[in-house]
Amino acid sequence: MSDTATTGQAATAAHPAGVRPGRRGRRTDWRAVGAFAVLTAPTVLGLGLFKYVAIGWSFLLSFSEARGTVDLGSWIGFDNYTFLLKDEAFRSSMTGIILFTIFIVPVTFGLSLGLAVLLHGMRRGRAFFRTSFLIPAAVSYVVAALIWKMSLFNGLPSGVANTIGGLFGWDVQSWIASTDPPLYWIVIITVRLWLQVGLYMILFLAGLQAIPVHLYEAASLDGASRWAQFRHITLPMLRNTSVAILMLILIAAFQAFDEFYNVFMTTTGNSTAPVRPPLVFLYDTALKGQDYGVGSAGAFLLTLLIVLVTLLQGRLVGFGRKD
Amino acid sequence: MRKTTRRTPATVLTYLVVGIAAVLFLAPFYFMLRAALMTGTQVTDSNWHWLPDPFTLQGFTDLFDDPSVPMAGALGNSFVIAIVTAPVSPLLGSMAGYALARISVPGRGVVMSFIVVTLMIPTSATFVPTFVLVSAMGGVDTLWGVIVPGLFNAFSVLLFRNFYLKFPQEIEEAGRLDGLGHLGVYWRLALPNSGALLASLGTLSFIESWNAFLWPLVIGQDPESWTAQIALSTFLTSQSINLPALFAGAVVTILPLVAVFLFAQRYIVQGIAATGMKD
Repeated sequence: MSDTATTGQAATAAHPAGVRPGRRGRRTDWRAVGAFAVLTAPTVLGLGLFKYVAIGWSFLLSFSEARGTVDLGSWIGFDNYTFLLKDEAFRSSMTGIILFTIFIVPVTFGLSLGLAVLLHGMRRGRAFFRTSFLIPAAVSYVVAALIWKMSLFNGLPSGVANTIGGLFGWDVQSWIASTDPPLYWIVIITVRLWLQVGLYMILFLAGLQAIPVHLYEAASLDGASRWAQFRHITLPMLRNTSVAILMLILIAAFQAFDEFYNVFMTTTGNSTAPVRPPLVFLYDTALKGQDYGVGSAGAFLLTLLIVLVTLLQGRLVGFGRKD
Repeated sequence: MRKTTRRTPATVLTYLVVGIAAVLFLAPFYFMLRAALMTGTQVTDSNWHWLPDPFTLQGFTDLFDDPSVPMAGALGNSFVIAIVTAPVSPLLGSMAGYALARISVPGRGVVMSFIVVTLMIPTSATFVPTFVLVSAMGGVDTLWGVIVPGLFNAFSVLLFRNFYLKFPQEIEEAGRLDGLGHLGVYWRLALPNSGALLASLGTLSFIESWNAFLWPLVIGQDPESWTAQIALSTFLTSQSINLPALFAGAVVTILPLVAVFLFAQRYIVQGIAATGMKD
């Protein structure tokens, strides 16, 4: 009996609202409650602390003057938010990330779908090519940024891009430092493509493998061309996969940090970067500048943007619509 | 002509396109190895050399001799972080997933929603507040400060819950007859039968925690607590760069993952297919 009492207590402590005993008169299986509490407690406590408490605290900080301190108390209303919305650096980081997203989303989507369709149609060597495209997905952004910055797109004549360009008689470009034309976008976009396309290609392949073969056989009998089959069978059957992948690419793009940080970082910091995406801006503000109030407000503005764009995208492509 | 021979040119074209793409995807690895095995002067030589000549491991010895880049310690930290995260994170997900799927208690729905709601919170919203919290708990410059906040994953809870919903009732009842309680059934029967999902999510956690950048950067302010990624990133932006040593750093940072990749590719593919698709 003492045993059940302690587990019951632990349960109540771990889940204040979660496992209160059932209605009076209904027998509660305390052993089940105890086992449930033991199994869910780590996750509930961990998420409670690192998500709920953290976000609650940060929300309060976003309405506080909190420089060099994380104590609450000096409330300043919406000042942190209005400061950011007027701040040129923050606004340009928001427009920068939107531009980046507009580039990266369709290109990543198209390349991963294209490669998946080509691989799916292969009879031989599929496993080899799948591995070739997937291996980069295991590489970190730091390593990729290093290869891109110091080898492929370094500004020296010995750089890979400049060597290849030299074969065509092009001038040596500085790539990362080149803002007119903004060649740094090529560097930034290709890093992410290299790391991500294989990942989404695997998801498309899984989606393609789930399409019943007899649909294609029937279409072939009716004389439908390859392209017609792709448009009228493959694409519609991949709709749920496509919507999910689009969402994943989009959310990941808005939270870009690693490649921007590492590609543009110089010995004097990243203030000279031609684009500073919101997460880099927040890192500089909150962690380098120790302004936790403005940093928190920025995090909420970015989250708001992500939520809005996700909802809008869901509307446009009809998320949740069932065939 | 079109109908009968289309297959062959189309196939040739497919292999051509895929082959070129594969070369492009693999080329960066070649450029990395090439620079890591060259001498410093040859890397920047404007005459292109396909292979290192002379072939040298000087870059690797320089890397580990450089006191400003504590690469050996950083690799050790990364190992500890990845080796703790890889099994623990899926295990916690499996525990909660089992309880949510198979133990019927009042308030289960509330716990479920409590966990699922966190899926909608992007990392961007949590890294500043989590830093605030972890630093208040004294976690700055510690390995637990890097590890612990990343252990709890609502998504793996959901995956395990869906998995255990299909777990055969008969096995559970057999366990009951043998006198096992809920925890016993989970530990002795359900968990040992979740090997594939544990392996998939564990492999992905290993890769993810090994490659993580933003969070270890935020927490690891002292070089002692740097991970391999942070050490490499610092090296990349340091004043005087020894290029072969820098690329050697990239090679040693990739090696463990290539090993994981070659041995566990099946689990990686399954894991991506499972985690990428929410429905």
